[in-house]
Amino acid sequence: MAGTAARGCAGAWRRAWRRPGPCAAPRAQRAAACSARGGAVPAGHSGLAPWVPVVGLEVHAQISSNSKLFSGSQVQFAAPPNSLVSFFDASLPGTLPVLNRRCVEAAVMTGLALNCSINKKSLFDRKHYFYADLPAGYQITQQRVPIAVNGSLSYSLCINNKMSQMVTKTVRIKQIQLEQDSGKSLHDDTRSQTLVDLNRAGVGLMEVVMEPDMCCGEEAAAAVRELQLILQTLGSSQAVMAEGQLRVDANVSVHHSGEPYGVRTELKNINSLRFLAKAVDYEIQRQIEELENGGIILNETRVFDSKLGCTVPLRDKEGKQDYRFMPEPNLPPLILYDAKSLPANMNHQQVINIDWIHERLPDLPSVKREKLVEQYGILPEHSFTLMNEDGLAEFFENVVKQTQMKPKKVIGWILKDLLGYLKEHSLTVKESPVSSYLLADLLNLLEKKEISSTAAKQVLAELWKGEGKTALEIVKEQKLQLLQDQKELEQICQAVIDRQENEVMAIKAGNRKVLNKLIGLVQRETQGRSSPVLVKQLLEKKLSE
Amino acid sequence: MRALPLGRWVRAWRGPPRGLRGLSAHRDPPQQKVSVEVLDHLEHLALVDFRDAEGVERLQKAIEFADQLHEVNTDGVEPMDSVLEDRCLYLREDDVTEGNCTKELLENAREKVEEYFVAPPGNIPLPKLEERETFLQGS
Repeated sequence: MAGTAARGCAGAWRRAWRRPGPCAAPRAQRAAACSARGGAVPAGHSGLAPWVPVVGLEVHAQISSNSKLFSGSQVQFAAPPNSLVSFFDASLPGTLPVLNRRCVEAAVMTGLALNCSINKKSLFDRKHYFYADLPAGYQITQQRVPIAVNGSLSYSLCINNKMSQMVTKTVRIKQIQLEQDSGKSLHDDTRSQTLVDLNRAGVGLMEVVMEPDMCCGEEAAAAVRELQLILQTLGSSQAVMAEGQLRVDANVSVHHSGEPYGVRTELKNINSLRFLAKAVDYEIQRQIEELENGGIILNETRVFDSKLGCTVPLRDKEGKQDYRFMPEPNLPPLILYDAKSLPANMNHQQVINIDWIHERLPDLPSVKREKLVEQYGILPEHSFTLMNEDGLAEFFENVVKQTQMKPKKVIGWILKDLLGYLKEHSLTVKESPVSSYLLADLLNLLEKKEISSTAAKQVLAELWKGEGKTALEIVKEQKLQLLQDQKELEQICQAVIDRQENEVMAIKAGNRKVLNKLIGLVQRETQGRSSPVLVKQLLEKKLSE
Repeated sequence: MRALPLGRWVRAWRGPPRGLRGLSAHRDPPQQKVSVEVLDHLEHLALVDFRDAEGVERLQKAIEFADQLHEVNTDGVEPMDSVLEDRCLYLREDDVTEGNCTKELLENAREKVEEYFVAPPGNIPLPKLEERETFLQGS
């Protein structure tokens, strides 16, 4: 597929690439470097051309299903060791794989959501290697013809560390394949042994292979985050990194612009998005420093040490592995159908219709974001934050439904105040002591001008304690209602003007800033129960008389 | 339903099948002997032990036997990797029907710790050719 792939970035650079042919020795060359911060990674002391980092990702997502990919044992996170293991999972002789329909559907959904071509015929293979948590001595995967190929994933980044400027980037998806997960090894170094739990052995995985289109830790993390949101929206995987449902391996290399790609290292053992960004950035720096000091980069596997914040070589590897791929002899090709090719007289349960699945795909996060912007008139970056927090978009929409306040004003309360509190107390939206109903109620008081916005923030702080009081009750308790009597307010304003002769003279002489002091004095008189806007209006009117 | 796959083989055959153990007059000169490096590599990968010259000779004969496949002209013919290729791949419903047999599974384990299988700490790779006692060294 020849062509120009132009991807926007603050620095408006363009990459022209050719898909390498069968005998292309130097790989596709990039015309310019990339950086989320708008520039190439500058060279060190050597003064050579800038370095171009190249990052590719292999993401393993555990399929959300009741049972495993090739057997009927249960898929569950924490369970007594070896209790969710069938004879097939333990690789006992005489057992055979039987493909789980739900896993195929999950892979097709994911492929469609990532704009892939779904292969109507895909094949299963065996990948051989020895490890205690792989009882069969091989993993059933899809090496020759995977279920989906040639897709793309678009994600957003904020540049300049401000939420105000977002840029959209794309990473190509090379393929998605179905494969088995391995069991878990618990290393007991003191007794020099490994304890093996096969509960996870045989769980279905979707491996999503992303082309090396990224150039830094931030891009890698943003791409994975978007993939995570997509998977969660589809329901094909719960994609919780902390529970090992989403695992990322990064391939990192650096080269000079215009030269062939450098040797790449593979980074493993990355347990969170934050560590992913750190590991990738550290590795890029390490490789640059190594090369600038005249060293070489080994094609090795490294693990990220989160405590030290660095990558270290993985010594357990015995040289380059030869996986001796062979077709899985016990599984015929996986055939998928679409509306046109649907066979007439086949049992429905045995048929997977790609078009049927396509029609039922839910709105992807990117679509949902646009809808939020369109429907509520909020900014794209607000929409991004809403979708980024689990349940926040729904919370926002519920508040909007229950209040007269305009969505554009509501969003401020959601993103600054509510989200601020949640983050401070490390709570999820679901755990919020302030429900959408309570917040809407408070915002209604504000909208009806029964309280000032300062008072509203005070009430929210009180609501946060979760003592079951409503906004109105708190307002009454703390006497936060705005003075509704305009005459009384005017009298107070007049009294302040009469008292503060010096300030009045300063204002009349042209120093408008002193007005704020008068406003403050009125506020104090009214114990904060006056609207600063109204007070300012009254004072200005009186002073101009 | 398309023609039985056998049809392809019939068209592609150059002649009647050779005897199972005989060497064909049409064949290329006998293949080179399998090198020591390859034998060592195989021992590492598959953890087999060729043990002695007879073991290696058996491998050699097996390769020659399989080489008879080269006699078949397969130009323009799709490779077949399984006789199952025309079968329907059965799709199972996503129900939990197995598991919960920890005791049975652990029965055969030589060592166990609290319902875990016990394995050595990480892979212990086969020592390098120079460092282990194998007849391959002499070859």
